[in-house]
Amino acid sequence: MTQLNRRTILRGMVNGAKVGMALPFLDIFLDVNGEALAATGQRLPVRFGTWIWGCGFIPERWIPTAEGSGYTMPPDLEPLAAYRDQMAIFSGFDVKLDGVANKPHMTGNLGLRTGIPVPTETVRAPTFDVLIGEVIGQGSRFRSIELSASGIERSYSFRGAGSPNPSEVSPVALYQRIFGEGFQDPNAASFTPDPRTMVRRSVLSAVTDDRQRLMRTLGAADRQRMDEYFTSVRQLEQQLELQLQPPAKVENFTMPQAPAETVVDADVEHVMVNHKIMAGLLAQALACNQTRVFNMLFSDTASNLRRSASSDTHHTLTHEEPVNPKLGYQEQVAWFAAKSMVACRDFVDALAGIKEGAGTLLDNTLLFAHSDCSIAKSHAVEGIPMMVIGKAGGRVRTGYHKAGRADAASRVGLSIQQAMGVQVEKWGTGSMDTNRTVTELVA
Amino acid sequence: MSVMIARTFKPSTLRRIGLGLCLALAGGIGWAQQGAQPEPAAVVEPKPLGGPLLMRRLTESQYRATIADVFAPDVAIAGRFERGLREDGLIAVGTSHGSMSAFSLEQYDVSARGIAAEVTGEKRRAQFVPCQPKSESTFDKACATRFVTDYGLKLFRRPLSPQERDRFVQVAQAAQAKLGTFHQGLEYALIGMLDSPHFLLRMERAEPDPQQPGTMRLDGWSKAVRLSYFLTNTTPDAELLRAAAHGELHSEQGLARQVDRLLASPRLASSVRAFFWDMFQFDGFNDLFKDPAIYPAYTTAVARDAQEQTLRTVVSLLVTQQGDYRDLFTTRETWLSRPLGILYRVPVATRNGWERGEYPANSARAGILTDVSMLALHSHPGRSSPTLRGKSLREIFLCEKVPDPPANVNFSIVQDAVNRPGSTARLRLAEHNDNPVCAGCHKLTDPIGLTLENFDGAGSFRAKENGAELDLSGSLDGKDFSGATGLGQAMHDNPSVTGCLTEKLYRSAIGRDIAGNEEPFVEYLMGRFEAESFRVPALMRAIALSKTFYAVSPALDQGPQRTAAAAAKKGNRS
Repeated sequence: MTQLNRRTILRGMVNGAKVGMALPFLDIFLDVNGEALAATGQRLPVRFGTWIWGCGFIPERWIPTAEGSGYTMPPDLEPLAAYRDQMAIFSGFDVKLDGVANKPHMTGNLGLRTGIPVPTETVRAPTFDVLIGEVIGQGSRFRSIELSASGIERSYSFRGAGSPNPSEVSPVALYQRIFGEGFQDPNAASFTPDPRTMVRRSVLSAVTDDRQRLMRTLGAADRQRMDEYFTSVRQLEQQLELQLQPPAKVENFTMPQAPAETVVDADVEHVMVNHKIMAGLLAQALACNQTRVFNMLFSDTASNLRRSASSDTHHTLTHEEPVNPKLGYQEQVAWFAAKSMVACRDFVDALAGIKEGAGTLLDNTLLFAHSDCSIAKSHAVEGIPMMVIGKAGGRVRTGYHKAGRADAASRVGLSIQQAMGVQVEKWGTGSMDTNRTVTELVA
Repeated sequence: MSVMIARTFKPSTLRRIGLGLCLALAGGIGWAQQGAQPEPAAVVEPKPLGGPLLMRRLTESQYRATIADVFAPDVAIAGRFERGLREDGLIAVGTSHGSMSAFSLEQYDVSARGIAAEVTGEKRRAQFVPCQPKSESTFDKACATRFVTDYGLKLFRRPLSPQERDRFVQVAQAAQAKLGTFHQGLEYALIGMLDSPHFLLRMERAEPDPQQPGTMRLDGWSKAVRLSYFLTNTTPDAELLRAAAHGELHSEQGLARQVDRLLASPRLASSVRAFFWDMFQFDGFNDLFKDPAIYPAYTTAVARDAQEQTLRTVVSLLVTQQGDYRDLFTTRETWLSRPLGILYRVPVATRNGWERGEYPANSARAGILTDVSMLALHSHPGRSSPTLRGKSLREIFLCEKVPDPPANVNFSIVQDAVNRPGSTARLRLAEHNDNPVCAGCHKLTDPIGLTLENFDGAGSFRAKENGAELDLSGSLDGKDFSGATGLGQAMHDNPSVTGCLTEKLYRSAIGRDIAGNEEPFVEYLMGRFEAESFRVPALMRAIALSKTFYAVSPALDQGPQRTAAAAAKKGNRS
């Protein structure tokens, strides 16, 4: 008889049953006095997302000098001070290269997200947000939502090599996609299913009708591509199925206003504005169950952010700005690094600003914030800064700084997946291969 | 017994250009004729080797052109498109890789619903629906079948199997039952076809080759599709579908008739344009930003028109005038619009639209390398970049791969140079060349890029940088010259330039990389290109008429063949 405790459930196995939407509602999930219950009596879903900022940090301004909970907030993390208890800071964890060529701003980033460092953009495994989405993303309208705030049409959420989940770069387009056609107000007084939706569903099943025959005609690589096509069709079918049911009531939900047209480019002040609008829309989308998984690219890993009228970008500055001898670091680079944490605060504010159950949306979210390198000047992938923010419905413990002491960064990725219910005992390859859960994070 | 697959490199005519450590690291291949006496290129096509059956996704421009041709150019496409995957320098190659995200399918469905509503809606159905139902409220199976059969052929680029046809007719019937009207039924059947993988992907099929028993060949429909998207960047037209139906593409004569017909059609220009848009990597304009305080003249209109300018030059030189490809690097003929006039600092009389222009003989500009598009795309938001310009030129036009900078470089010397007053890019980059770790690659990029320093990060002319005089001397593969016009001439004269174009055009046509043993065929094409005075349509003709272009052999991982015959034998549906 398998012992039923919280950990075994989080590990994903209860007598062989896969944890997902079908999980019975068990009290042991509610380790904080049942906080993960909405006033409507429904279980609040857990959400997961990543938040990337490019070009690393200034260690002496970011890493707390003490470990554990009693640390003094370092200056660059000061904007996040209000979330001290909901935040776990991870410093000193390395992406282990094992001789793999370090493609600047890419190898560390993708190594962190797949557990496998690669010398190019060709990932060798899906990024872990996709794996988590397969467990917690079922049953929401979008499997995941990808966003990029600095105008760059990029995403570091990969289903496989050459298959990114593309990012929305415009707040207006994001609004249209989520709250435009097909959106159902969860608190609408009445519900009438649209007969056209039923027809659309039958259209899609006609499209997938000859799936088996088609798959038999394909070679392995094309079979996999076709399989992905059918997965995407299935996702669309799910959207339609959701539209045929009355939406679950959501407390405190008000339909967001369509955002005004904004300038989308890499001027840091514009980026801050667009990022904040997108964060707000995303938070609303999470609250009313449009998606449970997201990836926000605040700045690209080779950050193109710039200050108006400057011929430098954040990225070129990391290579060209001299170290200020008095300060001991690059002053303008530090400005961008600090600004990135202000943006992170904006994002967390958006999640914390939505009431949910006895707490906020942030309490039911696990936000994993990270950069692509530690010291951008030398593209170092040792000690890439990482944070876990949010309580994930009580699935993780926060409120401390943990120093990795050159442990593999994949430990953090592994632990997060375990917390989110992915069935994974070990993760990563070579020196990144680990089965060592970060026990401070996941009990 | 193990089978050795020989790689038939011919070191006599092709060689890797030895450009030192950097290129050796990258493994880039440069095409070059060796020595004073180049071997004559093969005049006869080498025995075709055959590649895999392909499953290529329609590009955005192909999707748009296809919808315009199947329905009408003014039928709206409401969905958005995922950015194309670029593999080995070409989105055309990326279409054979990667998969469709949920986002993409969602957006294809948005487009499909918009298109279907317009096509079957009251306003325009007379234009698009080939028959009238007996009544709007009772299902007219014959009319629905005709609609599905007609559009099935056009959208799947082959006739539907009876099972496929019946399936979409059933969709129409079920939709009518639910929603009430006959045309609503057709609307949903059409949505189904537009969402189908058989429309969104070009899925090729093979059949036994009666002329060579024991081997396979592409079926006529698949040949028509390869040919059509290659020469016209759109779906096969009615005449090509007719020829495919009658097996005419399997005969040399029948194929030649279609090839020459398509090469003479105005669609050839769209195809040439789409290929060069891809080769020039103009998708990069989607997230190219310039600082408005530094480059106030650079606007969204400029970004759009700059691409159009270069593509117009390409089309008028290569297609309209049937000119020599190498002249793209030296031509003074160009096109201008009002927004561009501001950046080029020339008056443009035409208020809306385009007029012919010329880079004056005494100016610093000549050839497309001095177009704003090329100069701005490969620069930083607030300054020029000789390195990015040189790198892109090698990768785009010479088919070389310049590696990324090593991760761990000490930039402190560079920092000193950057922050010195009155510094120029040349001074800053000189520091890289004193550093052996950097020098390998910077020697490949900078001597090219520095000759373009007369143009700022937005592509406007400047005589000085930071108040300092500019030294525009540079070199390309051992040839010294000065300034942008010198660079254009050096590119024009560089034998790698035409070889690279040949290789890229062929890779774009077949949607995959070229295997080592296919190089003799590429050599053959290079010879044909040269013999045809480097006229691009003539090169396209040589590819389209070759046996190699259509030859298929199952790839190792390609289990059972996609064959219509095999499916029919097993009694499978569709």
